[in-house]
Amino acid sequence: MLRKRIHKIPLLVMCVLIAATLVIAGCGEKTVDTSKSVFKIGAVLSLTGPAAPLGEPEQRALMLLEEELNDGEGVDGHKVEFIIEDDESQPEKAKAAITKLINQEKVPAVIGSSSTGATLAMAPVAESSKVPLVCCAAGTKITDPVMPYVFRTPPTDSMAIEKVLDYLENSLKVEKIAILHDANAFGTGGADELSQKAPDAGIEIVARESYGSTDTDMTAQLTKIKGTDAEAIVVWGTNPGPASIAKNMQQLAMEIPYVGSHGIANKKFIELAGTASEGVVFPAGKLLIPESIEEGSEWRQAVDDFAQAYEDKYNMEIDTFAAHGYDAGLIVTEAMKMAGTGTDSQAIRDAIEEIEEFVGIDGIYTFSAKNHDGLSADDLIMIEVKDGDWVEKTS
Amino acid sequence: MARREVSRKTLLTVTAVFIAAVAGLTLALKGSTGLQWIVSGLTVGSIYALVAMGFSVIYSSTRVINFAQGEFSMLGGMLMYSIYMRAGLPLPLAFLVSVLIVTLIGAGLERATIHPLRNQSVISVIIVTIGLAIFIRATAKLIWGSEPVKVASFTGDKPLRFLGASIVPQSFWVFGLTLLAFVLVFLFFDRTLLGKGMRAAAANPDAASLMGISSSTSSLVAWTMAAALGAAAGIVIAPINFAYYYAGTMLGLKGFTAAILGGLGSASGAVVGGLLLGVLETIVAGVFPSGYKSAVAFVILILVLLIRPEGLLGRSEGVKV
Repeated sequence: MLRKRIHKIPLLVMCVLIAATLVIAGCGEKTVDTSKSVFKIGAVLSLTGPAAPLGEPEQRALMLLEEELNDGEGVDGHKVEFIIEDDESQPEKAKAAITKLINQEKVPAVIGSSSTGATLAMAPVAESSKVPLVCCAAGTKITDPVMPYVFRTPPTDSMAIEKVLDYLENSLKVEKIAILHDANAFGTGGADELSQKAPDAGIEIVARESYGSTDTDMTAQLTKIKGTDAEAIVVWGTNPGPASIAKNMQQLAMEIPYVGSHGIANKKFIELAGTASEGVVFPAGKLLIPESIEEGSEWRQAVDDFAQAYEDKYNMEIDTFAAHGYDAGLIVTEAMKMAGTGTDSQAIRDAIEEIEEFVGIDGIYTFSAKNHDGLSADDLIMIEVKDGDWVEKTS
Repeated sequence: MARREVSRKTLLTVTAVFIAAVAGLTLALKGSTGLQWIVSGLTVGSIYALVAMGFSVIYSSTRVINFAQGEFSMLGGMLMYSIYMRAGLPLPLAFLVSVLIVTLIGAGLERATIHPLRNQSVISVIIVTIGLAIFIRATAKLIWGSEPVKVASFTGDKPLRFLGASIVPQSFWVFGLTLLAFVLVFLFFDRTLLGKGMRAAAANPDAASLMGISSSTSSLVAWTMAAALGAAAGIVIAPINFAYYYAGTMLGLKGFTAAILGGLGSASGAVVGGLLLGVLETIVAGVFPSGYKSAVAFVILILVLLIRPEGLLGRSEGVKV
């Protein structure tokens, strides 16, 4: 037993060395300088549990970015390594994971998490350890009020809500709506903000109902909404809930327009809901319909390149979550380049606030001391499901 | 003993009156909307009942609560996706192959992980089933990924309407399977020698083994049956629920609650518990702010364990000292 173990260790070391050699050998002209230290960046993502469909593409994007950086010159010649931890979609696990990354791995910056709940659990740790955290979650509470060390890549729920209210008011021209939301942090946060901002758009919320993330039948909530004079229903949640709702609405022959959240901005929704998904409208990043981004612009180029590289490596289409993960990695490494350090947390944090007009995949980022969101509502469009595909909804 | 029987009868009457009152009131006050709630609740309730029966089969034969029961259903749904939707086998064949694979997995897991623990306490075996659930879930995620997948309805999606309520055709498949499973499980445990022997083996393994009933065989048969039942359930509900690697957790929890409510180890208890839980959940979601819906299962679980741990239709196990 003991002997076996002794033999295994050198073998492992050799494997690592061989792997390292291969990586180095594969490099072109601009290469990482192996004599320089490796820049470590921590990441906490939801790789298992209900938020796994978010965390997985984020992880894939980060691994792609790591490969791309190290095939080039890394960060100022330093090799980059993303150390990715799984929070199992649970806030308390996310908190433990970020603590481990900061204390044991000594990472200078952390990316994550995938969901709002997990990110909110990690934020206090980032704050007290003075380590910048760049999250991939959209909950408004994460950056409102601004915490010095917490930043975000995706468009916020506020931006999506702004877009949805604009659509309801100016395109659908409705005055009374019903909200049906997931009872989790994302759904509740979205519903709260919708209820709060709707009056400004001259819209009244006539019904507000919720459902559990794993519920499969929402007919009870829908019959209640059917009994009101709501002219449209806004559904705030992530798959599979909204797909069940679309099917239930078809079952109950409800004809009012279904406006979704950016949580259903993936093709899964169409697959799951089938014909019931027809006519559903939701806000999403422009990258989902690259044609909506100006031809020849730097942003369009970045999206096309990313989509191609992702397709080559994983044989999959990009989605918004992949973009969030990729952008989070880009922002941290860009800040490292600007600060000229891969270890000084404070300098990296300060550099993120200096980022201006930086082209990512989700949009064009500009951070400041007061704005830790980077994007704006202009980076979003409304998309409609039509004949089983997405089309830009121009009113 | 006699007093116990009376209290059981009283309880059943009280339950029946309660159900009738709730249903009657809902219909009277809400009309077709109320009818819709009851219809939807019965569909969801049948799903719970099917999973609850799986719990019951293993519990009545071995006194083990199998927390991987929901995972068998999840596997059934996922396999159906691969075999029916992707490989394109005809429906009946895909159904049989999926059930067969899960059944073999169930039997294999029993031999690999439960059988070696035959001389350990029941609680250790229960803990192992929690481990099995995590193992099956993780493996399923590796195979099928984390996104939900769609299994097409067996007989189309055109809803049937009556009296202002509507129901999707797949619900009838769920009702049908619930009825069939109930009859088979009931007949097996009450009418066949093997079934009776298995219950005896659970009640008193030593005495049963003296009579030539092996608790080892009993456990294998129970796990095989529970896996088959769970898989069949997972397959018929997949078009309603969607199939995803995480689905077993919710099914397991609700099925367990239904089994406790109805009385662990009783097939009729599983059905009554499942239907009751499903209908109550839907009515609560309809009448109260829908956020309270998810609390229903837990409140029921706590109440039953506090007031009548043996469940509505279960019989208390008098242990004589």
